[in-house]
Amino acid sequence: MDNTENKKSKLVVSHSPHVISLSLSTRIMMTDVMIALLPVISMAYYVFGWLAIKQILISAGTCLVSEFIFVGMRKKSLTLTDFSALITGVILGLSLPAPAPWYIAVVASVTAIGLGKVIFGGLGMNIFNPAMVGRAFVMIAFASVMAASGYIDKSMSIDVMTMATPLNAFKQSGILTSCSDLIFGSINGSPGEVSGIACILGGVYLCLRKTVSWQIPAGVIFSVLILGYLAQISGIQTGWTVLHQIFSGSLLFGAFFIATDPVTSPLTPKGKFIFGAGVGILIIIIRLFSGYPEGVMFAVLLMNSLTPLINRWVKHRTMGEL
Amino acid sequence: MKINLKRFTGITFPRGVHPKYNKELSVEKAVEILPTPAKILVPLLQNIGAMSVPVVKSKQEIVYGEKIADGKGYISASIHSPVSGIVQKPTVTTLPNGRHVPVLPIKTNENHIEGNELWDLIYGGDWLKKLKVNFTSEGITEKIYNAGIVGLGGAAFPSHVKIAFNYKNTVDTFLVNGCECEPYLTTDYRLMVESPESIVAGSLLAGKTLNTNKIYICIEDNKPEAIKAIEAAAKETPVKVVVLKTKYPQGSERHLVRAVTNRIIPLGGIPVDVDVAVNNVSTVSAVAGAVLRGNPLTHRIVTVTGRGIKNPKNIMVPIGTQYKDVIEYCGGLTDDAVRVVSGGPMMGFAFTDFDMPITKGTSGITVFTKKDIKARKETACIKCGRCVDVCPMRLVPAKLAQAVRHRDIELAQKYNILACMESGCCGYICPAGIPLVQLIRMGKAMIVSDKKNKEKIDS
Repeated sequence: MDNTENKKSKLVVSHSPHVISLSLSTRIMMTDVMIALLPVISMAYYVFGWLAIKQILISAGTCLVSEFIFVGMRKKSLTLTDFSALITGVILGLSLPAPAPWYIAVVASVTAIGLGKVIFGGLGMNIFNPAMVGRAFVMIAFASVMAASGYIDKSMSIDVMTMATPLNAFKQSGILTSCSDLIFGSINGSPGEVSGIACILGGVYLCLRKTVSWQIPAGVIFSVLILGYLAQISGIQTGWTVLHQIFSGSLLFGAFFIATDPVTSPLTPKGKFIFGAGVGILIIIIRLFSGYPEGVMFAVLLMNSLTPLINRWVKHRTMGEL
Repeated sequence: MKINLKRFTGITFPRGVHPKYNKELSVEKAVEILPTPAKILVPLLQNIGAMSVPVVKSKQEIVYGEKIADGKGYISASIHSPVSGIVQKPTVTTLPNGRHVPVLPIKTNENHIEGNELWDLIYGGDWLKKLKVNFTSEGITEKIYNAGIVGLGGAAFPSHVKIAFNYKNTVDTFLVNGCECEPYLTTDYRLMVESPESIVAGSLLAGKTLNTNKIYICIEDNKPEAIKAIEAAAKETPVKVVVLKTKYPQGSERHLVRAVTNRIIPLGGIPVDVDVAVNNVSTVSAVAGAVLRGNPLTHRIVTVTGRGIKNPKNIMVPIGTQYKDVIEYCGGLTDDAVRVVSGGPMMGFAFTDFDMPITKGTSGITVFTKKDIKARKETACIKCGRCVDVCPMRLVPAKLAQAVRHRDIELAQKYNILACMESGCCGYICPAGIPLVQLIRMGKAMIVSDKKNKEKIDS
């Protein structure tokens, strides 16, 4: 009997469900994103060499250090182990021009974590995609380094870096880049965006693992397909086809890795699709009618600000509700 | 050759989860009959609805099957003694779900039926031949009422309410729920394998009462033996077997109706609103016992399982047996047992007082070891929406939890918090380890107490 009493004292009472799915945790989701980024990073290395890796390492490192300092200042328990700051850093590094000087990445990373994330209350509370906040900041503060010419470094031995980025070349001088170059990545641009196929590979993996919701990239690509086709037949941009729209710039990288940030995108499947479609529409509008050649960053930030509204307005109908 | 596409996709409902089922612990264990314990505690509230009123006095001698409490009102059920013995002074106990209920303790004497004799009386023998006798719809419902049958799947809703012909609200399909989607539990499975004829007979009787010939026994595809047994027993009857894809919570009434008939029960409604009736396999087996043999509901099968119990078993026990007798019969807890749950891992209630009694609605006892329960430290919600993706009721659990945390009852109600069936899917999947189900339960409790306060102010 004593033995039973002893065993009973070890029992704990808790609420149901008593089992949890071990295949999913915030850290596993972030690790999945890292795995999915591997083809993108490899392509970046293939095209830009150590320049791209240096950029990624600087921003990832600065993001981790900033998170450590800012979270410490708020006297909250450290959240470095959930890897979210690391992902922010890597995505930020992949979205900066490879030849940009080191302090650009540092400033962008500190802004991303400080103003983009911790100031709102840390992971889960931020309104805007942290990496894009950081990038937007340096894009405006260091306009010359981040503008079209920032991607070109004639002194480099890497061939592609002597050329303008495809969107720029087209916008300014009407030079078409072939679709196959866009798909395989022998072009200039931010390290993350050069290869369409690497982005699709990683993105499909994330969707299959359900780490990101397929509705967001589907929404982006769907709306770009429709608007891109309309632009093509209306002849606003001669020669620039809908395929160019999809594979050029950071559209695929943005659709699969940036817009899909769960924190800053809506909760429900329908809301996610609308969010994605909104990103796609804004990208096309910025590309066609603004002074910037590319609009993924602004499109994502704008839609981020609409996320609470989408969450409120898009009705998720309960089963059996009329 | 006709290719059936359903073969590949499987009949099921949208959303839900695939937890580890762990049924192998007890699935091959034939039902054993618990030797009658020296003392049992019969709770007076074992069903949804009103409490039963005792009709016996203290120190009165009673025999097996004698009525000891009467149902009070329409939604209530009478209770019969599962043993012979002497009634003791009523006391109060707390059931695992937290309800305090009065109980009638009964000290058993030697005059009880035991072992195989009891099995033959309740489940064994021949069932289908006796069906030739003509029963009227009212007659069957009355017999169900007199036997005190309630839904044995867990909800314990009085069965005479569900299995009754109502000319205003007729039923065209009768579903018999043999899904048993809750992980670990094998109660219904064993019954389907060991007494398929009683289930088929009960289904036919219930179908007759409801005046429908469309009777489907629904079984998930992870129970091939049960499908075979029921199909064999139902060969010469209009009863059909529907094989469903294994998914949690397939056994939920709403989701079973959605999967089989493609009808959606309105919010806050019941199956009869879409002309369907649903009953558990154990319930219809009890109906057959009541109608064909005059057996009151006195015993039920429970699964005692989990890695924290020495010998997992399926046992037939008198209703009112204390948990300690059952756990002892199964060899007791192992040294690393950390949580004892009444029911299964997804919806069961944890408890530590083994003096509590088993009720009509108890389908099993699951004992977990530390290895089974890997609690996750709660981290921030990253709004990934996985809870939305799995919620079988199409709710937004993350939003509900947030509303409850801020005590915003109005917002929670706007998001239909009361529709939550507490399946546990969201809490199971949440990557941030947020106690979503607990928060939603808290919200529901807040709504109830709010209502009570308002009534107080009004009166």
